[in-house]
Amino acid sequence: MSANEYRGPLSQEESATFDRNVIDYVQRAAATGLYEIRGLGAKRKLPHFDDLLLLGASLSRYPLEGYREKCTTRTVLGTRYASKPLELDIPITVAGMSFGALSANVKEALGRAATETGTSTTTGDGGMTDEERNASKHLVYQCLPSRYGFNPDDVRRADAIEIVIGQGAKPGGGGMLLGQKVNPRVAKMRTLPAGVDQRSASRHPDWTGPDDLAIKIRELREITDWQKPIYVKVGATRVFHDVKLAVHSGADVVVVDGMQGGTAATQTVFIEHVGIPTLAAVRQAVDALEDLNMTGQVQLIVSGGIRSGADIAKALAMGADAVSIGQGMLFALGCNSSSYMRAGQHIDAQADYAALGTRPGYCHHCHTGRCPVGVTTQDALLEQRLEVETGARRVRNYLKTLTMELTTLARACGKQDVHHLEREDLVALTVEAAAMAGVPLAGTDWIPGR
Amino acid sequence: MSTPYRDFDLAQHSLRELNHYLHHEVKQAAGTPVRVFNPDGAHSIACGVDTAVQIDVMGHAGYYVGGMNQHAQITVHGNASTGAGENMMSGLVRIKGFASTSAGASAHGGCLIIEGDASLRCGISLKGGDIVVGGSVGSFSAFMAQAGRLVICGDAGDALGDSLYEAIIYVRGEVKSLGADARFEPMLPEDHAAVTQLLTVAGFTHPSSEFRKVASARGLYHWNADANQEY
Repeated sequence: MSANEYRGPLSQEESATFDRNVIDYVQRAAATGLYEIRGLGAKRKLPHFDDLLLLGASLSRYPLEGYREKCTTRTVLGTRYASKPLELDIPITVAGMSFGALSANVKEALGRAATETGTSTTTGDGGMTDEERNASKHLVYQCLPSRYGFNPDDVRRADAIEIVIGQGAKPGGGGMLLGQKVNPRVAKMRTLPAGVDQRSASRHPDWTGPDDLAIKIRELREITDWQKPIYVKVGATRVFHDVKLAVHSGADVVVVDGMQGGTAATQTVFIEHVGIPTLAAVRQAVDALEDLNMTGQVQLIVSGGIRSGADIAKALAMGADAVSIGQGMLFALGCNSSSYMRAGQHIDAQADYAALGTRPGYCHHCHTGRCPVGVTTQDALLEQRLEVETGARRVRNYLKTLTMELTTLARACGKQDVHHLEREDLVALTVEAAAMAGVPLAGTDWIPGR
Repeated sequence: MSTPYRDFDLAQHSLRELNHYLHHEVKQAAGTPVRVFNPDGAHSIACGVDTAVQIDVMGHAGYYVGGMNQHAQITVHGNASTGAGENMMSGLVRIKGFASTSAGASAHGGCLIIEGDASLRCGISLKGGDIVVGGSVGSFSAFMAQAGRLVICGDAGDALGDSLYEAIIYVRGEVKSLGADARFEPMLPEDHAAVTQLLTVAGFTHPSSEFRKVASARGLYHWNADANQEY
């Protein structure tokens, strides 16, 4: 039989180097000459909190009665210098997301839910809206490189100020909001022409480096009469050094955002290839605070892919004082759902996903402004798909669920306060996670590299 | 009769005492100008003021003098360090000497006057304020400036107006180079009127005919694969 006569099965051998996704990437680049921009966070599989386990109490530890004994969740942020630190009921905060990326309805819904659950929400790269200020008992006001809408009146009416150095989805990169989301109101707040593709700076306009940052923080303290906590947020890269520099600069609170953190619009190559996983970032941040003997004086907030009460319990056990959640809040609001709610009825949105070239569960098209469920849009019709009341209820339920899961796990570990969770309560499932988190591989006392 | 002043000597008073007065008590002392002696380069002098009060800083100021100013008329009788008048919303900040980097950064309103030279990134991220510089400005001035006007009576360094949005620059001297998307445009009658008005406020007498106008070519307002270094 000659080679030409062979009629075996078709080859199904896919290249590991050039798989279908890579081929699609190359062909898209060849067709357009542009990189891909998308929303949400890293989609690649990374070491995460799922790779840790909590050690419940047994003979050597004493558990709390799960349904009877109290486990407190009160969390105070900004105790170092601020005369009015934030006193929250739970250690779960709402991350900074801009009006512009999100609709005004969403910002209001997040504010209402945060207020009802006793926690804080955060502005974003677009200034403060009256809707979110009025809805939020505790509102953190971001000071970003772009300074869009940044003004002293809002500085004074904020409850804390967060100086954003970077975010986990794109440490080292500036913000981005494509023209289709820059409607007249967004444009006015950002002092931009409506409809332009907005490119934000990656560096602050009036300071350079940690020595300057210390002076900038003191300016904000002077403007606010030393009342409000000053947070410094960094995207997770060289976390050990960055946290130390933030503390030296005078931060009350350091926010560390791992690479699973979300974005409204960023280059895919940036999202997937820059930064370090949240799990590794927490360990480095805690090490930095311990190295400076600042544990308890400077609070640590961790963000980037926090999803469940288990994630929160593990982050707290590793040494975080609180977590911050962005994408989880969007999913709670209905992001990637097949339908949206109107007057109590589910309205199917799958055709709108299809029009974007995606489907529920896979959508990351926040950058288009065509969100099928009205969450990440500025379109006057689409934004009505997210009713404030419905959104607030769903986010409140999510926050309550997270809190119940967190306290359940903490009680199982014998803690009367979720902040009593400790590193000793953790083990790792994988060698990688053990090395990153600095906890022993399960069933051993081995911490790689330590 | 001599003008009554409320004097602060920063050799005797703390910066916090000064700024606390300027944020609170000054509202009950309307019309009483304030003088700040021995500033000695202190940072954050008179930042966050929200009252129409005259403030004279009798010497050199550090970072962020007059930062986020609203309504106040602040004069620095010396030089100013980084971020003079940063993010100011209204009022007037006058630097009698030179200003360091990022003067008037992200100012939304009001007028910043620098009688001497200004360093790098003067008017960076400008959002509606006016800046008049009696001397020259350093590189990357008016970088990503979104709205407002920058008048430069001297020369400009590299990359003037890089990534400009809708702010307008008027420059009298030489321009070492224009930044991405910035271009010279003809001076229209309204430009001559604007320059004349701003120079009058600042106390300069150059004829507007000596100025050239720099504005955005608006070529980077939308993604452009042929300008890959600008994104």
